[in-house]
Amino acid sequence: MSEEKVAVSTSGMRVVIVCQGTGCVSSESPEIREALEKGIAQQGIGDTVQVKLSGCHGYCEQGPIVIIEPEGVFYCRVTREDVPEIIECHLKNKKPVERLFYRDPGTGEAVAYYNDIAFYAKQQRVILRNCGHINPETIDDYLAVGGYEALRKALLGMTPKEVIEEVKRSGLRGRGGAGFSTGVKWEFCHNSPGPGKYMICNGDEGDPGAFMDRSILEADPHSVIEGMVIAAYAIGSGEGYIYVRAEYPLAVKRLRLALKQAEEHGCIGERILGTDFNFWVHIMEGAGAFVCGEETALLASIEGKRGMPRPRPPFPAQSGLWGKPTTINNVKSLATVPVIISRGADWYSSIGTEKSKGTAVFALTGTIANSGLIEVPMGATLHQIIYDIGGGIPRGKAFKAVQIGGPSGGCLPESALDLPIDFDSLSGAGAMMGSGGMVVMDETTCMVDTARYFLSFTQNESCGKCTPCRLGTKRMLEILTRITEGKGVEGDIELLVELAEEVKDSSLCGLGQTAPNPVLTTIKYFRDEYEEHIRNHKCPAGVCKALIAYYIDPGKCQACMICLRQCPVEAIEGGKNLIHVIDQDKCTKCGTCLSVCPPRFNAVKVISGEPVPLPPSATEREVTRARGEGR
Amino acid sequence: MSNDVDLSLLDPILKKYQSQEGALITMLQELQAVYGYLSEVVLTHLSREVKVPLSQIYGVVTFYAQFYLTRRGRNIIRVCRGTACHVRGGSRILEAVEREVGITEGETTPDLEYSLETVACIGACALAPTMVINEKTYGKLTPKKVMESLSRKDRKEREVE
Repeated sequence: MSEEKVAVSTSGMRVVIVCQGTGCVSSESPEIREALEKGIAQQGIGDTVQVKLSGCHGYCEQGPIVIIEPEGVFYCRVTREDVPEIIECHLKNKKPVERLFYRDPGTGEAVAYYNDIAFYAKQQRVILRNCGHINPETIDDYLAVGGYEALRKALLGMTPKEVIEEVKRSGLRGRGGAGFSTGVKWEFCHNSPGPGKYMICNGDEGDPGAFMDRSILEADPHSVIEGMVIAAYAIGSGEGYIYVRAEYPLAVKRLRLALKQAEEHGCIGERILGTDFNFWVHIMEGAGAFVCGEETALLASIEGKRGMPRPRPPFPAQSGLWGKPTTINNVKSLATVPVIISRGADWYSSIGTEKSKGTAVFALTGTIANSGLIEVPMGATLHQIIYDIGGGIPRGKAFKAVQIGGPSGGCLPESALDLPIDFDSLSGAGAMMGSGGMVVMDETTCMVDTARYFLSFTQNESCGKCTPCRLGTKRMLEILTRITEGKGVEGDIELLVELAEEVKDSSLCGLGQTAPNPVLTTIKYFRDEYEEHIRNHKCPAGVCKALIAYYIDPGKCQACMICLRQCPVEAIEGGKNLIHVIDQDKCTKCGTCLSVCPPRFNAVKVISGEPVPLPPSATEREVTRARGEGR
Repeated sequence: MSNDVDLSLLDPILKKYQSQEGALITMLQELQAVYGYLSEVVLTHLSREVKVPLSQIYGVVTFYAQFYLTRRGRNIIRVCRGTACHVRGGSRILEAVEREVGITEGETTPDLEYSLETVACIGACALAPTMVINEKTYGKLTPKKVMESLSRKDRKEREVE
């Protein structure tokens, strides 16, 4: 795109938005913001330019991100050194800095505007509607985009029953994983007798590979609070808790601030918006236990006990926190509620598929070009998500599998790419929506190792209360471990399946009931890989350490000394003109040599299932080269 | 060592939560923030004051990953073991850190300089593989970058001293 096509606003107030999500913060975006503020003040253009912070834009791969409004110019991978140029060229001389534009990885073309970038253009953002656009630390920004209007509408114009009816009609299903109807859940609790009901927001996002709840709490905390107050009004609750992982300090900080501001504006606390309705919210920080994402375990944790689940019924809607009727909703479900009330059930239910309405948020990660947080209508295909939005697999590698739903989900193969995804199609394929983690894996990922990885996580997080989960996952992990170590025996796969089915059927809570999913799906779709490990002691992906060796191809080695110098255990022997050889006894298989060998030489190989070739003789190892050749 | 614990630091926390039902976890979090870890002396005192059996407190402390019963290092290294990090070579990052600081996961160096931990996910998956040293996140790591960041940190600290 040529510069002339980029329209830069020449009059009025300009806003420079600097992303302060966790991803960008870890790449120094606070320093960039500081430098911008300082530079703008020094140039004396502070009266026409305002610097603002925002939460996560979702495109963390390209961070730190700076957006300039009203033109909507999108700068990516900005550093502190780029700040003077942005101020001088864009803000003072109205000429955008093309060098910092996003470049389409397919066409190599520079894209100036936020809305033209494929990653954003193909999404539909309902839950993430405000993320990245408003300052999460000021309520005025939220009010300016229609914030707390839905609360006003519900409290002043609707009865609790009407609110429940609207949410039921919208078809909203719980975004925490199980996909139960939110409206029906509220109705149960509404119909339970007695005062002292509790409304709880579940922000204990423990799935490795999922960070959407964190991003929403950090980027748009008021939408969650507004949804929570509406829910409390519907069920008739006067007190609530937001349970947040302690690993999310920024989310906790912004929530506290948002609660304080909401109270000052009369949107929370006593006599909300002048009505007789009162609702107070506490924040409870988790202490690090994955199982606390399960409803009844979360309740035990708020009560100050070990976070262990209990059998249901009674359901929390009848007897929850301290024995009182309780509703527990996920962060994403609550963030959706205000839009449903504002725009109506008909609008919401027009998005999505027949049985799964609305949109789904996924944390798209793994070996994919565009990592980040994305939102699509239910019914989008995996192909659209991974290729159209995610930009496909980088470095020319082949797609192998996509893992959906974290440790409770499953791995789906290439044949599932055209599957329209919603709650039911995913369960049908053996995966589940879960919390929405979507990890893409390329050909260098071993599926047996992946299954072992997930199981070691769930085994570790199993609370130990019920036997199938405590012992079943342990036995399964032992079998998987021995397969990855080349000690698997015939019958192991069948035994794994048998155990998996038992654990699934007889565990007490969702953790145990879903823990076998990664194992079952990898066996279902990648059984040949298990068999290679067991029968031929071969790891086709070259991952399982006990089954692989690194080897330098003497025909390709240029004796450049790079791998030799970088080997952390000095296992590579050779010289400036002497072809390098790996001492297999010393090698710890860390893979450093493979990753540092220049791609144009491509001399380091991973060998599995066959013996390592003998090193060449001393005379064959000498490299003679003309001047300037080689390195 | 246990004798020089200043138990009076407990009082304001006890006072704040005395009447609150189920505040045990919050109290433990605040105690740990004050003392750095939860020693037997502190927990015994807490047990007496709040009239909750020590065994029950111990049960809660050991259930949650974020409570520590032993002293920890001045610098906490947390290596992410999340799925995205795993797929992008996180286990090699852990090995590299272990090699650099000479301890394995869950240990503290004898000089109390470093404690090494792993976390399930820090939620910065787009930067995988990642680790966090104290408050700072290091992203897109390679074993080489690990060596550099750890040795650079050492150097900086020595300069400060």
